[in-house]
Amino acid sequence: MTAMVKAEAVHKRFARLEVLRGINLEVEPGEVMVIIGPSGSGKSTFLRCINHLEKINAGRLWVDGELVGYRQSGDKIYELREREVARKRAEIGMVFQHFNLFPHMTAIENVVEAPMRVKGTPRQRAAEDGLELLERVGLADKCRAYPSQLSGGQQQRVAIARALAMEPKLMLFDEPTSALDPELVGEVLDAMRQLAHDGMTMIVVTHEMGFAREVGDDLVFMDDGVIVEQGAPRDILASPREVRTREFLSKVL
Amino acid sequence: MQVRHWGRWLSAIVVLALVAWLVESAVRAHFIDFAVVRKYQFSSLILKGLQATIVLAVLAQMTGIVLGVVFAVMRLSKNPVMSAVSSFYIWFFRGTPVLVQLFFWYNGVPLVFHRLTIAIPFTHVTLYSTPMTTFMTAFMAAFLGLALNEGAYMAEIVRAGIISVDEGQVEAASALGMTSMLTLRRIVLPQAMRVIIPPTGNEFISMLKTTSLASAITYGELLRRAGDVYSTNFEVVPLLIVASIWYLVLTSVASIGQYYIERRFARGRMRSPAETALQRVMKVMQRSPRL
Ligand SMILES: Nc1ncnc2c1ncn2[C@@H]1O[C@H](COP(=O)(O)OP(=O)(O)OP(=O)(O)O)[C@@H](O)[C@H]1O
Ligand SMILES: [Mg+2]
Repeated sequence: MTAMVKAEAVHKRFARLEVLRGINLEVEPGEVMVIIGPSGSGKSTFLRCINHLEKINAGRLWVDGELVGYRQSGDKIYELREREVARKRAEIGMVFQHFNLFPHMTAIENVVEAPMRVKGTPRQRAAEDGLELLERVGLADKCRAYPSQLSGGQQQRVAIARALAMEPKLMLFDEPTSALDPELVGEVLDAMRQLAHDGMTMIVVTHEMGFAREVGDDLVFMDDGVIVEQGAPRDILASPREVRTREFLSKVL
Repeated sequence: MQVRHWGRWLSAIVVLALVAWLVESAVRAHFIDFAVVRKYQFSSLILKGLQATIVLAVLAQMTGIVLGVVFAVMRLSKNPVMSAVSSFYIWFFRGTPVLVQLFFWYNGVPLVFHRLTIAIPFTHVTLYSTPMTTFMTAFMAAFLGLALNEGAYMAEIVRAGIISVDEGQVEAASALGMTSMLTLRRIVLPQAMRVIIPPTGNEFISMLKTTSLASAITYGELLRRAGDVYSTNFEVVPLLIVASIWYLVLTSVASIGQYYIERRFARGRMRSPAETALQRVMKVMQRSPRL
């Protein structure tokens, strides 16, 4: 079985700042990988590399067996054109810390926009599917609301529905609950838990250790651009092997 | 509490008295002959000029908006050639008087280029050819001059609008597989509108008046037509007032239109739709103190 995501010695630099310094990991289809780590350790950057929002400087990165952003023919590597990159991105859903819903569109319009404009799904079909997705995240009654009329938790659930509307094979979550009031965190985590239960492959950057322990198949602790420790969430959270992991966990738990 | 408003009332009365005195003395001195104004306000010559003014202003403004979007996107492009060309355009057209530009198109271009020829490059196939003086009519020169000049101003306005949109929006659109063109059209520009529309309304109001410069290159817009009339009957002041009244009507209608368009584009940004002008007036009246 090909890994859904495979990273080999992935490096990323911003000018002189080395943000990723050799990341190696594999995510199997259907697996939920949770990434934790201190601020500035490169978690977001790594997620953004996976759907080519950032270009890696060295190493290799595959999604579902295909190079990210490049095409290999023989032993030569060619950069993909914008349209091809976009098509690949459409297969990967992403959920952001600040939701990034389109504020000039209602919830349902947010959800149907990409299926209609990118995939060419007919309006009727897109609307039916979109409504079903909103129902799945418990927001069918809010389909005509604008983002500004929704709570943070509701906005994030619409954002999840919006990503799912493209029928992605992989979902990336970048601190999806960090911007939420504590009482709204649960509803978003519930939606994500449901998604994991339905078999979605997910990479989740989060500080929600309860979620990591309960839903995660694999836990990665990143610090300073490298993976410091990786293993079963239960084991790492209960008895971290590395000093840096222990220090970090003692601060967040 | 009420005492504070005495000053306000006193100053209002003084100002109103001054205005009344001015109008009264103007009328008494026959400075304004309202009969002449009334006679020409709806005369066919003036209405033709009015129509020409509207056509020129609308066409030049719309073309200016399109040029503005194109040059704003070029200016923000990562391609240094694109952004340099756009910077040069903006620098040039904002830095020279529009009247000079109009003379340049109308008088200068036909002197330098005798024929306008559209041909397929590197072949002898000619698609279209005409003497420049036939092509560069007063209307064409006015249109080109005003549109290109407006494009430079609109480019800066559109650029400010695009920059005002949160980067996360582009990121979310890209992550959904939208190309940059689609993202610009569906996500960025609609949100930039909130920032772009108010100054664009001002630009159009200003354009309605700037078209009067086209009278200097013989284009028969409102001011030119008024001039045609008073050069034969010498009723200079009444005809200038006739023209001014039309300009005021045009700019007032444009301001009202601007208000409603702004309200429409605020959609989704507020929890409830913005109040209409009437609602706003009512609110202000309720707020003001009892007399
Ligand atoms: N576009 C960029 N240009 C320059 N530096 C950047 C850019 N994006 C990120 N960085 C830097 O890269 C480093 C890692 O950033 P990243 O956002 O990946 O960290 P993170 O682990 O997600 O942190 P946080 O928990 O705060 O979100 C930081 O030092 C950040 O300042
Ligand atoms: Mg981050």
